[in-house]
Amino acid sequence: MMSATQDARTQIPVTVLTGYLGAGKTTLLNRILTENHGQRYAVIVNEFGEVGIDNDLLVESDEEIFEMNNGCICCTVRGDLIRTVQNLMKRKGAFDAIIVETTGVADPAPVAQTFFMDDDVRASARLDAVVAVVDARHVLQRLEDTEEAEDQVAFADVILINKTDLVSPEELANVEARVRSINPYAVLHRSERCEIDIAKVLDRGAFDLDRILSLDPHFLEHGHHADECGPDCDHDHHDHAHGHDHGHGHHDHGHDHGHHHEGDPHSVKSISLRAGDINPDMFFPWINQVTQAQGPNILRLKGILAFKDDPQRYVIQGVHMIVEGDHQRDWKADEPRESRLVFIGRDLNWDVLKDSFQACVAE
Amino acid sequence: MPTVAPVDVDGFVVRVGFLKNCAYFASGEGGIVLSGSGEHTLQPHKAGLLAAVPARDGTALITSGDDGCIYLSGTDGTSELLAERPRKWIDLIASGPSGAVAFASGRTAWVRLADGREKEFAHERAVGGLAFAPKGMRLAVSRYDGATLWWAGTDGAPVELSWKGAHLGTSFSPDGKYLVTAMQENALHGWRLTDGQDMRMTGYPAKVKSFSWSVKGRYLATSGANAAILWPFFGKTGPMGQTPLQLGMRGDNLVSAVACHPREDVAAVGYQDGMVLMCRFEDNAEVLLRRPGKGPVSTLDWDADGTRLAFGTEAGEAGIVSLED
Repeated sequence: MMSATQDARTQIPVTVLTGYLGAGKTTLLNRILTENHGQRYAVIVNEFGEVGIDNDLLVESDEEIFEMNNGCICCTVRGDLIRTVQNLMKRKGAFDAIIVETTGVADPAPVAQTFFMDDDVRASARLDAVVAVVDARHVLQRLEDTEEAEDQVAFADVILINKTDLVSPEELANVEARVRSINPYAVLHRSERCEIDIAKVLDRGAFDLDRILSLDPHFLEHGHHADECGPDCDHDHHDHAHGHDHGHGHHDHGHDHGHHHEGDPHSVKSISLRAGDINPDMFFPWINQVTQAQGPNILRLKGILAFKDDPQRYVIQGVHMIVEGDHQRDWKADEPRESRLVFIGRDLNWDVLKDSFQACVAE
Repeated sequence: MPTVAPVDVDGFVVRVGFLKNCAYFASGEGGIVLSGSGEHTLQPHKAGLLAAVPARDGTALITSGDDGCIYLSGTDGTSELLAERPRKWIDLIASGPSGAVAFASGRTAWVRLADGREKEFAHERAVGGLAFAPKGMRLAVSRYDGATLWWAGTDGAPVELSWKGAHLGTSFSPDGKYLVTAMQENALHGWRLTDGQDMRMTGYPAKVKSFSWSVKGRYLATSGANAAILWPFFGKTGPMGQTPLQLGMRGDNLVSAVACHPREDVAAVGYQDGMVLMCRFEDNAEVLLRRPGKGPVSTLDWDADGTRLAFGTEAGEAGIVSLED
């Protein structure tokens, strides 16, 4: 399915907090709720547990996965979230934003899909970002043991590497490299006891087509990032201060970030595709076919496209089979008209995707 | 000419209707405006109000909220706490015979009998809707993958009705022969209770959130399309193989609420833009009852005589339409 986004101004922003048990989700949630920022939050938690806040808009919600149609992962939503969001909308003036805390083992996809697949929820709320909290000391083991931990990292827009005080600098570098190898496009932050500027977690607009600026891998927002990746990593290492796709020419087109863990049975990879002007009559059937056929394996996708004879950038983003796209703004005069598309997923065949994408290049 | 008397309501209007001659307007912000001889507002809940339904005898209003409380409020301005489930959001309630009240949160439904006894009904998956049968202490619980029929007064074994998917709001036909559910998908499902025969009613562009039975249960009027869709339930096979009536068709707007007239084959039809029409089944003749406003019509109901219609919208607009001068 391909559709334009709704009017973001009337939709309440929703932040989804994921992270394995003990990573620090509740600490982060308490921090958000106690910090004096003038925002009022409705909070949907799986268990009241340790949320130490008295808030009449704090609601406990038992995870209810609804399978739509055929039971494919792409068509699952969280029924309890639909119900809770609809209930919250009866008190629309009482809060400014919604935070959803998921269970440690939750698959983030049904949570995210709820905000795209249910028309009523979509009309009233918009997904702002998926934030994953990972425990620096235990995440490597979790990633070996469980697919859920990997899904959470792969799916995230913002990753908070927490408890950095409990690991050595070398261990931390390993953790960051591993996290990057799964998801090079998320914004990474380090924290101890989830101490972080809340503005770096909330109001990210990660699913907002207007805010897809570039598709370069993001780096730590503090510290030296030049040596964050392993020696065999071929990220595009350049400074964000340049602001636009700059200096890519000397890199190979497209690369595969999953190479650290070839053969790992539940290894997520990211794939980046590049081309010049694209023929939209070829592209739309292609992306629909790719997401239909490989939707279960595609966790996230984003793209900025230059369509032939079109002065505007076309941006798309997707979750599993759900893809939405829209014209964004004119290409700037100093901006190379380059089409880029990134996928994060499992069992994606880079050669096949690259070749079929290349077939969409305008004559 | 119909006249509209606006009523001030603060917040999303969850439910409107009449308790005898007194109109009520229940708001998501928690206020219940009673408009009979004069106007006053009750505020039984600590915070928000999630659901409201009139008692079977039509003398009081049952409400539930995010404070976990269920109150029975009378037109005299008194409110009685019927039940409480601390920290639960009670968003589904139904009124039954002899003062019974059913309510649900998450996967559990409860029935509170008039003498204060409570019975608990656990389900494996989320409860989506509650309805009492027109006769007897029989409760239908729509849920994920079907519905369960419980005898609320005794410990008899439940009847399970299965159909894959999430079943939300539910209603018995007035003759008790059919149970209908609105689904998460844009469809209605029905069961003929004599033999468990399934009925699929599809073709809606949006979810069905409002339904109303016409006089003698001949038709079930539903929201969720560009017109009110009325499925015929007379005859042996009900709606199967029949074409529904389509009333008040508008090309650019979806129907968001419906209320069949209590005496005539006429329905009030509310739309997403706030407009309300009155439509006659026989010839689809339309009368404008309210012009478009600021938000979707969320609730509509007639008084017992069918001379006044109460309405409310998601944007906090509400009023009473009088058909007689």
